[in-house]
Amino acid sequence: MTDYRPSELERRRQAYRRRQTAVSVAVAAVSTAVVGVLLYLAVTGAPGWDRVRATFLNPEVARDAFPDVLRGLWLNVRLLFFCALGALALGLGIALLRTLRPAVFFPLRALATSYTYVFRGAPLIIVLYLLTFGVPGLRLAGTPSVLVLGGVALVVTYGAYLAEVFRAGIESVHPSQRAAARSLGLTYPQTMRHVVLPQAVRRVTPPLLNDRVALQKDVGLISLAGPIDAIRAAQIATAETYNYTPYVVAAGLFVLMAIPLVAVTDWVTLRAARRQSAEGTA
Amino acid sequence: MSTTRTFLVVAGAALLVGAVAGCAPEDEDPPATDPTAADACAAEQLPTREPGILTVGTDNPAYPPWFVDNEPSNGEGFESAVAYAVAEQLGFDQDSVAWTQVTFNNAIAPGPKDFDFDINQFSITDERRQAVDFSSPYYDVRQAVIALADSPIADAASVADLADATLGAQVGTTSYRTITEVVQPDPEPAVYNSNDDAKAALQNGTIDGLVLDLPTAFYMTAAEIEDSVIVGQLPQPSGGEIEQFGLVLDQDSPLTGCVSQAVDALRDDGTLAQLEQQWLAQVADAPELS
Repeated sequence: MTDYRPSELERRRQAYRRRQTAVSVAVAAVSTAVVGVLLYLAVTGAPGWDRVRATFLNPEVARDAFPDVLRGLWLNVRLLFFCALGALALGLGIALLRTLRPAVFFPLRALATSYTYVFRGAPLIIVLYLLTFGVPGLRLAGTPSVLVLGGVALVVTYGAYLAEVFRAGIESVHPSQRAAARSLGLTYPQTMRHVVLPQAVRRVTPPLLNDRVALQKDVGLISLAGPIDAIRAAQIATAETYNYTPYVVAAGLFVLMAIPLVAVTDWVTLRAARRQSAEGTA
Repeated sequence: MSTTRTFLVVAGAALLVGAVAGCAPEDEDPPATDPTAADACAAEQLPTREPGILTVGTDNPAYPPWFVDNEPSNGEGFESAVAYAVAEQLGFDQDSVAWTQVTFNNAIAPGPKDFDFDINQFSITDERRQAVDFSSPYYDVRQAVIALADSPIADAASVADLADATLGAQVGTTSYRTITEVVQPDPEPAVYNSNDDAKAALQNGTIDGLVLDLPTAFYMTAAEIEDSVIVGQLPQPSGGEIEQFGLVLDQDSPLTGCVSQAVDALRDDGTLAQLEQQWLAQVADAPELS
């Protein structure tokens, strides 16, 4: 009884499983190797490969372009920081307006709803054009710089997406939670603040971070108004040499910048899933 | 189960092999024609994309004074006229010239080109020669600054007077290089996707001055932007080498020799000078900024 020995049948079963695992690993390794070799041969064996390599993967051009691209990236980082905060605040505000129930707030609800309809539909580039070329065209005193105006365009566009994400989160909180909170005597704002939003925000954190990664790539569009971001710096270097390597450099930097955030997103998603499925057991 | 998986792996590998075979190397270009051989540059001998047709590329929109009415095939505007003159020199009549729309990036990308040559104010530099072929130059160009008449830099007399100005240029142009290498102003220059955007920024007051090639500067101040002036011509960047426009051809194109020969012939017989006179005559008397 203390001395557990698996039965003959069980031992065979385990051996069979081990064998199957080994076979799976071997097949996966072989198929990966085959695909890798075929792709390598297809790319490097292509008649234009030497030229493509010289045009896209030229170390000298990469070295020359790197400082300028990095300086451009700093603009992306700063813009991203402020625009992400602005879009979060705006999105949350709009979501709260959209979920107000009393009839008297209909105008606010309608306004918030039409905002999300319009700015989720309007292409970001057009919004950027309108704000960075249209607004200064009015020649009003005290017009902010195109950088600020471009940031506003990014905030209103992304705020519309985030508002819908927040709204989904708020509406996913079961009505009994509100009812319970109200019956305890909490006011509507208190219910929102202490009961609904904490649950809602936790649920929508993964999609919020997702939109934040998307924003990271879109902030560079502001370069159409004049400022030089990483992609624009790469474009300038490309125009000087007719060599596309600077774009590859910029792409590499963007991926590097996204990796920590993507990892955090995955981790937060995992943690939320674990908490919701097996709270207290872990 | 195991056999299904093996089958899938084999089928997948077979598919990949098929795909690789599908994009197997295309045949290389025909051998280059030797421009010195007699008649090697005759129209019917030239290995153009389509036999007997000369395909000329340019961007859309195509701007004056290089083209007129965004219609390259009307023969009006300096570059349109040059393209037809080159075609005629090579032995193609007007009807054998086909125009195609080629963006800047497509013109310089390493893939196969859909034009025989591209004419779109491409400045010749040695760096760029690593990626494309250039014909002999057909125009010597200067860069100039334009500004609104009420702008503080409108009266600038030297490059030093532009030190505090926010200058703009179109991306991918030598105009931008002229700002960073010759003017070197304190504020960071603004870069635009097109001269249209840059023009709007100038009119909005977002930038103080716009750097352009001189013929475009003349056209814009005369016809497009009200109350604007040419501040002056800028010195050449990078050691005073003269900036020149050339026709762009695919790298190692078999046509480069013949096209260059045609451009040289047009310069020697005075055709280029006469076309310049016809389409870019006003350019002569802009003040020099030193």
